[in-house]
Amino acid sequence: MKTTYREAMRDAIREALTRDDRVFLMGEDVGLYGGSFAVSLGLLEEFGPERIRDTPLSESGFVGAGIGAALGGMRPIVEIMTVNFSLLALDQIMNNAASILHMSGGQFNVPLVIRMTTGAGRQLAAQHSHSLEGWYAHIPGLRILTPATLADARGMLWTALEDPDPVLIFEHGSLYNVAGEIADDAGAVDITSAAIRRPGNAVSLITYGGSLPTVLEAAEQLAGEGIDAEVLDLRTLRPLDTPAILATVAKTHRAVVVDEGWRSGSISAEVSARITESSFYDLDAPVGRVCSAEVPLPYAKHLELAALPSVVRVVEAAREAVGSHG
Amino acid sequence: MNTPRAATPSGAAHGQHLLTQMLRVRRLEEKCVELYSAAKIRGFLHVYIGEEAVAAGIMATLDPEDAVVATYREHGHALLKGVSAGSILAEMYGFQQGCCRGRGGSMHLFDAATRFYGGNAIVAGGLPLAIGLALADKMAGRSRVTVCFFGEGAAAEGEFHESLNLAALWQLPVLFCCENNLYAMGTALSRSESQTDLAVKAAAYEIPAWPVDGMDVLAVEEAARRAVDAVRGGGGPHFLELRTYRFRAHSMYDPERYRDKAEVARWIERDPIDLLRATLEGAGRLSEAEWAKMQRDVDAEVSAAVEFAEAGSVEPVDELLRFVYSEIRSP
Ligand SMILES: Cc1ncc(C[n+]2csc(CCOP(=O)(O)OP(=O)(O)O)c2C)c(N)n1
Ligand SMILES: [Mg+2]
Repeated sequence: MKTTYREAMRDAIREALTRDDRVFLMGEDVGLYGGSFAVSLGLLEEFGPERIRDTPLSESGFVGAGIGAALGGMRPIVEIMTVNFSLLALDQIMNNAASILHMSGGQFNVPLVIRMTTGAGRQLAAQHSHSLEGWYAHIPGLRILTPATLADARGMLWTALEDPDPVLIFEHGSLYNVAGEIADDAGAVDITSAAIRRPGNAVSLITYGGSLPTVLEAAEQLAGEGIDAEVLDLRTLRPLDTPAILATVAKTHRAVVVDEGWRSGSISAEVSARITESSFYDLDAPVGRVCSAEVPLPYAKHLELAALPSVVRVVEAAREAVGSHG
Repeated sequence: MNTPRAATPSGAAHGQHLLTQMLRVRRLEEKCVELYSAAKIRGFLHVYIGEEAVAAGIMATLDPEDAVVATYREHGHALLKGVSAGSILAEMYGFQQGCCRGRGGSMHLFDAATRFYGGNAIVAGGLPLAIGLALADKMAGRSRVTVCFFGEGAAAEGEFHESLNLAALWQLPVLFCCENNLYAMGTALSRSESQTDLAVKAAAYEIPAWPVDGMDVLAVEEAARRAVDAVRGGGGPHFLELRTYRFRAHSMYDPERYRDKAEVARWIERDPIDLLRATLEGAGRLSEAEWAKMQRDVDAEVSAAVEFAEAGSVEPVDELLRFVYSEIRSP
């Protein structure tokens, strides 16, 4: 059937609310307004204000309330408008959600799902555009998901809700309008493994989330030049599917990591480190990286585009890795 | 300060129970200080000496299934919610027999069996949790109460304001217990707040709030009963400002440059244990023999707890990575 990333996400929320009455959605403007990115549009009418719960502008307060409700037996889905605003809730995410199971010696787990928009590309400048999922992937106790496809937008939520521990889902803002086909019976998917989105032999392009369409386009262009790239979608940034990363490198002997986060201390750095730690002798070229320029994202379109990973930059990095300079 | 008299207890047995509860906290805390000096306990240690009437008075009004969220100064709250002194001390020893297997320490006591949700060492960090616990109860139609303890220092944090607002907006069954001991580490309330009347802050969120003499356990209990009954009866959140004082340093590393000894001495004159004891004795409800026995019993409990902790063992290091993710995946 035809759907969009936004509708797939909404169907996933609707299904969760229908299947389990412990599930509820809460966040800023998720109800009457219909969701700041219209993901929850229409759900208030269907499920009522108790379960589609509008909150005040209190990120720390309602994320903490989600943690408490999870401890109290509910299965909350907390929506934060964008990753930049999640910084106001960082205390609750890090010091409570991620830590309580451990601090309590295994007594209290926190079955909470937090969804938020991430990423740039819409000229929203330096307080609405960052890609901080790599930061969150630094934190033990959290599971970090980055659905990049319609099937993952449709299927990751339910699996996340069944997880006994806190799961953060990062939805890249540029993906919401992506349209396409998914199976009529599309449903839950695994949230542990990376996925090959395009098989190839010449170089591994390793990416996730909003960069996947960019990387797939680059791979098509490379194919036209006779470079057969493999595209690996990480899907889950924590825990990383290290075997899948090492397997693609063992196959192609060359890797380029594409990450919209900044290069320094990023998830791309982690992926690169794991490759060199475990597959150093499989490599025929240094691991390449395409990341965002190290600048708070600018507003002006040409500057924003220049700061972000692009098809051109990915193609260049792939050529470099295979030793072909076009 | 308030009048130096405790209100009249309702019955000898009950009065003695409250006295025992306060004494249990006092003796356990004194033992903690001693064990800290002996380097048996490490990390940060914050004791509750002087403030016992607050936890004792409030816990006396709770049902076992009510939830408690507290701070890093929570040994007494845990004990009076029903966590054993032995498992508390073993936790501080870092032993696997501790209530959190040594993963939490003094500042992070948790206990599922007694619904004790920490042990939160981020000032005001526990308030949002209490909101969520109460929200879950409300959504599930349960008539449980969630009690959230925090210091007056928390009133300067955003999480305090966000939580009070959410509790009132959603009419949640939460009792906020603000333990106003006048200082947040070295910062007096008057040096950190433009409005020092804390009940006024709660009232601004339409939450019924009143101050209570936190050195008088009977007054605390009476106020708590009123508030807990109202919360349980669907009256929405309530807020108590418990005026109290810590007799000891903030933690074990505090030269106490910010307050003078005379002030401390004045408050010690209203030691909550002495106050209730005098009241009970004056009313003929506590004999010398009963007081002696009470002390012996409490000392015996604390000694047994020390013995339990001393006999504990460390968790094998190969278990280091446990409890980061759940070991049992839900169905
Ligand atoms: C968010 C945060 N900031 C600072 C600290 C350091 N700190 C620990 S206790 C404390 C004082 C808190 O005072 P209060 O809330 O009145 O509680 P009390 O210690 O008096 O019981 C401070 C500043 C902290 N733990 N958390
Ligand atoms: Mg204080």
